[in-house]
Amino acid sequence: MIYLDNAATTKTAPEVVEAMIPYFSEMYGNPSSIYEIAGRSKEAIDKSRARIAEILGAKPEEIYFTAGGSEADNWALTAAFEAYKSKGNHIITTKIEHHAILHTCEYLEKERGAKVTYLDVDENGVVKIEELEKAITPETILISIMYANNEIGTIQPIKEIGMIAKEHNILFHTDAVQAFAQVPINVDENNIDMLSSSGHKINGPKGIGFLYIRKGVKIRSFVHGGAQERKRRAGTENVPGIVGYGVAAKRAADSMESRTQREIELRDYMIERILKEVPYCRLNGDPVKRLPNNVNISFQFIEGESLLIMLDMEGIAASSGSACTSGSLDPSHVLLAIGLPHEIAHGSLRMTLSEETTKEDIDYTIDKIKGIVERLRSMSPLYEDFIKKHK
Amino acid sequence: MYSEKVMDHFQNPRNVGEIENASGVGTVGNAKCGDIMRMYLDIDDKGVIQDVKFKTFGCGAAVATSSMATELVKGKTIQEALEVTNKAVMEALDGLPKVKVHCSLLAEEAIHAALWDYAEKHQIKIEGLDKPKSDISEEEEEEEY
Repeated sequence: MIYLDNAATTKTAPEVVEAMIPYFSEMYGNPSSIYEIAGRSKEAIDKSRARIAEILGAKPEEIYFTAGGSEADNWALTAAFEAYKSKGNHIITTKIEHHAILHTCEYLEKERGAKVTYLDVDENGVVKIEELEKAITPETILISIMYANNEIGTIQPIKEIGMIAKEHNILFHTDAVQAFAQVPINVDENNIDMLSSSGHKINGPKGIGFLYIRKGVKIRSFVHGGAQERKRRAGTENVPGIVGYGVAAKRAADSMESRTQREIELRDYMIERILKEVPYCRLNGDPVKRLPNNVNISFQFIEGESLLIMLDMEGIAASSGSACTSGSLDPSHVLLAIGLPHEIAHGSLRMTLSEETTKEDIDYTIDKIKGIVERLRSMSPLYEDFIKKHK
Repeated sequence: MYSEKVMDHFQNPRNVGEIENASGVGTVGNAKCGDIMRMYLDIDDKGVIQDVKFKTFGCGAAVATSSMATELVKGKTIQEALEVTNKAVMEALDGLPKVKVHCSLLAEEAIHAALWDYAEKHQIKIEGLDKPKSDISEEEEEEEY
């Protein structure tokens, strides 16, 4: 199989699995207990926390482990709103956030009286800084803008956003689920107050993530019932998950430069070949300010799910922003936000590479795409109409 | 997620293509929701569907239901073709996932739209056939964007 869906999830690295195993079978103690094996669990958690903090330029006590990126996003928004609502009720985010952010914002609007501004993005998916500045009111308490987009890979001007937030004394949260350990991030240089991340996007285990909370940000617990995570996130710690995450994060951070350099080369090779060799297609997302492993292309006149099934039959795993893959009738909100018409959004294909992806994999995939796109177009009424119009 | 029959009709769709000077052509669905089906019918003087072709923009289920619908109406009289419901198409495919049921409805509507076109061209009335509601005209299509 050629696995090109690394933005969905990644293979857990063997050394990550190996590091986790003892914490299931030998050092299974509850870190809150006092005997020896419990102490070993606690040490392991501290080590992971320190490793992760170092990557972000943060302090270990600013890292709070969660059950994943979605929990971190939900927590950051809901708890920040609760804590700062006496200052104001306005939140600024974007139209291209992950649903963990968008649906939480909708909940806060509907149930808690929040006012939310959803910023537009340009045709490459980049937030317009002037619009962010215009959206700020005396009531604004939180800006939540993703570090990099999961579908089209666009990296946001985080430093500029952080500066604006700081100038106006507004909390700044960023969903860095796709960006952590894929691009260099320093929370101080970017004035980030809160940052969400997830383990399984960087060859770590599933079911573990963290929220970075800058010291001094007064948000409360989201899960109640214990004193874990400095009383801010109750529940017996997922020790194997935390250990695995620590190893995965260090591994990804250590190899970041060489790994992403290689991925960028392969990514650009793939994009260039497809745009050159397949007619009527376009690249979605910013060509340069882009995640190292993200390729997202729309093929006109065809529908994404058909394309995915045919790729799957050739042993290629990818994903699409087509409605049919989501169970709703609307295609991806991200592709609509960058201005794609519905039928072009339906024909999108996302391929996200990994450190294991080879040039041979890419060449094989491009060859298959060419055949499949041609075949699907030959049975598309949209293509038939287009050809007749342009004869 | 799909039955073997759906996968078979998706991978090897029957009757894909166009019929030049077809007796009736019907296009249903819209690009907004991601499914468009076009059905071509060749109907002889006795009202028997001699040939049928389709083109579909859509997901695996949309292609498979179009393909199955063409098989079910080929060689049938107009009245028999009218009895090919979305349920019949689904049953012939050994079922569809719940979220894909609308694809089978589209297949039924595509047949009806093509028969409606045939009736209009020949200025006849087909018993039991109403004007299909989701048949898209050029103007409506442009309104979508």
